[in-house]
Amino acid sequence: MTDRPTNPNRKLAVTAFACAGLAFGMIGLAFASVPLYDMFCKATGYDGTPRTGAAPKAIALDDSMIVRFDTNVSSSLPWRFQAESPQVVAHLGETKTVFFRVKNTGTTPSTGIATFNVQPSLMGGFFVKIECFCFNEQTLKPGETMDFPVVFYIDPAVRQDSNTAHLTEMTLSYTYFASKNGQPTAALATTGGTDKKSNF
Amino acid sequence: MANAAAHTGHHDAHDSHMPSFFARWFLSTNHKDIGTLYLLFAFCAGIIGAFLSFGIRMEMEEPGLQYFSNPGTYNVFVTGHGLIMVFFMVMPALIGGFGNWFVPLMIGAPDMAFPRMNNISFWLTVAGFCSLVCSLFVEGAPGANGAGTGWTVYPPLSTVGHPGPSVDFAIFALHLSGAGSILGAINFITTILNMRAPGMTLHKMPLFAWAELVTAFLLLLSLPVLAGAITMLLTDRNFGTTFFDPAGGGDPVLYQHLFWFFGHPEVYIMILPAFGIVSHIISTFSRKPVFGYLAMAYAMVAIGVVGFVVWAHHMYTVGLSLQTQSYFVFATMVIAVPTGVKIFSWIATMWGGSIRFTAAMHWAVGFIFLFTVGGVTGVVLANSAVDKYLHDTYYVVAHFHYVLSLGAVFIIFAGIYYWFPKMTGHVIPEWAGKLHFWLAFIGANVLFFPMHFLGLAGMPRRYADYPEAFAGWHKVSTWGGHIFALGMVVFFIGVVIAFRSKVRAADNPWGEGATTLEWTLSSPPPFHQFETLPRIVDEPGH
Repeated sequence: MTDRPTNPNRKLAVTAFACAGLAFGMIGLAFASVPLYDMFCKATGYDGTPRTGAAPKAIALDDSMIVRFDTNVSSSLPWRFQAESPQVVAHLGETKTVFFRVKNTGTTPSTGIATFNVQPSLMGGFFVKIECFCFNEQTLKPGETMDFPVVFYIDPAVRQDSNTAHLTEMTLSYTYFASKNGQPTAALATTGGTDKKSNF
Repeated sequence: MANAAAHTGHHDAHDSHMPSFFARWFLSTNHKDIGTLYLLFAFCAGIIGAFLSFGIRMEMEEPGLQYFSNPGTYNVFVTGHGLIMVFFMVMPALIGGFGNWFVPLMIGAPDMAFPRMNNISFWLTVAGFCSLVCSLFVEGAPGANGAGTGWTVYPPLSTVGHPGPSVDFAIFALHLSGAGSILGAINFITTILNMRAPGMTLHKMPLFAWAELVTAFLLLLSLPVLAGAITMLLTDRNFGTTFFDPAGGGDPVLYQHLFWFFGHPEVYIMILPAFGIVSHIISTFSRKPVFGYLAMAYAMVAIGVVGFVVWAHHMYTVGLSLQTQSYFVFATMVIAVPTGVKIFSWIATMWGGSIRFTAAMHWAVGFIFLFTVGGVTGVVLANSAVDKYLHDTYYVVAHFHYVLSLGAVFIIFAGIYYWFPKMTGHVIPEWAGKLHFWLAFIGANVLFFPMHFLGLAGMPRRYADYPEAFAGWHKVSTWGGHIFALGMVVFFIGVVIAFRSKVRAADNPWGEGATTLEWTLSSPPPFHQFETLPRIVDEPGH
């Protein structure tokens, strides 16, 4: 249809190609949404994504929140994982350091990486991590035990947001998964599998 | 619509060029034949989808497990029912079937813009359906056949929850039928924008053509997003990517955003063509032009546009901030405005008209009532605070069956009773259409209305078993299903009688109210029509 240069057929071809372009554009947008969503979550703390940043500029307030710790290990990893205390009291703007203990109870060395999340998810925008073991993957020998620090503070702006002003406690949750980097999957690289983790 | 000055009278010469049976039905490039194929296909798929829903209703008639030893298999039935009815029954019937048949006829075009691509669209849809049927018979969840993921295919249930290849087949089915629908949408847009008869401006175009145009744009913008999302799901399942897997930094909620960015426009894709058909039927049998033609056309455009910015009302429970929820509540309720314009315009069309209650008119008026019921519960569910209680309950099931099963499906039958004489030249007896209507209307209400009560009482979706307390309404609901099925028997009898009787349909069996161009042709229309393009001369009534 398109190879004949008569005018009505060219009109049809132009419309059809414009439509096809629109369809391909939407496919592109669907895939572009993956990095965009990631950036959006990090920028806004959406869906419980904690912020990362430098030490707080604000001075610590008397006002405080209880931060609970939740630790999980995927069934694919023979590790034991625990926080040094189940919860701490963090003054707003105060830099806190908490240690987490990980032990490889398996018989072979294994590599894991932790994902993390805060609840209520609306706290994501106000919970700032300065340093975290979850930024990197860890390899543990059989029976090896290691302590990893998490350094964080709660942004005092939490009291200015009407969604979070009333909150007095929150939960920081970690889950250790076996690292997927060992798998030779080209597709993993395209999703930014490793890069992404080091950016957290 | 305007009367055509020209009339094609030399179709007999073309009938002698009719291709052989195989070439005509398997290599078809004729829009009417492809429309017929789509309708027959939708019909067969609908029978299978109905069989699956019958399994669901039989199981739910009483508490405990009666027919399904594995509740996972029950979910496979639910999933198959949903996917088949959405992608292989409603869409092929309303878009591929009636759209292919009547868009070229109504706009005075000889055929679709790309007849061969039209053929590819149809066979891609059939191939997709075959893939979906395959998925029912291979392993999905461990130790069970079929994909029990729900039509939404949310991860992680669809990834780690279904290690077998069944979900891959289901995803492939959506890819194929999606590709077919996108090609079909390109065809419709190209046809409608470029091939209207001389004098038929967009603002004189029949409302059904408007409906198909808006629907085609919705398909073009939303289906590629579904294709992208399920492709990511496929690579997550098979190639170790972690788009939706938190273990690698992905987020399952992203899938829900992508799915519903497609899924919400999809519900308008299913209902907008029905809006177009009901406008013509109401106008024909009220012997009046449609009230507020331009408002009706642009209401559909508005529904299409706003339909793209309300998707998260399906996901109020994922932890959206209060402001985000407020926005989606508001945007969702805004859709009630153009929808209301349409409902009131249909009523205003009937107002003061000389109404004939034919079978098609019964179905159209029944649609307005039932769609309004579904619309009202939609406004209830739009409230995020209420939705958190009703999320994934039978209230939601009742809501979307009122707008789809009773909305879209009623209009498929309305379209059949309205256009059957035009498509086949045969006449379904009016008594069959009316009896079918009353059985379907009573059956569907008995079937779905109690689901509101079940949902409000807390009965969740997608469970094969339930506490004793829900038994009463579930039993009533199953009776309703039987009544509806009886109506289908009447429909079959009506169709058989139509083909066996010697009564032949007139070119315009509905008289002066039927003003669109298809009624200027013979019944059935010639194999090739509008060799001489009709010229739209007078001012359109609507």
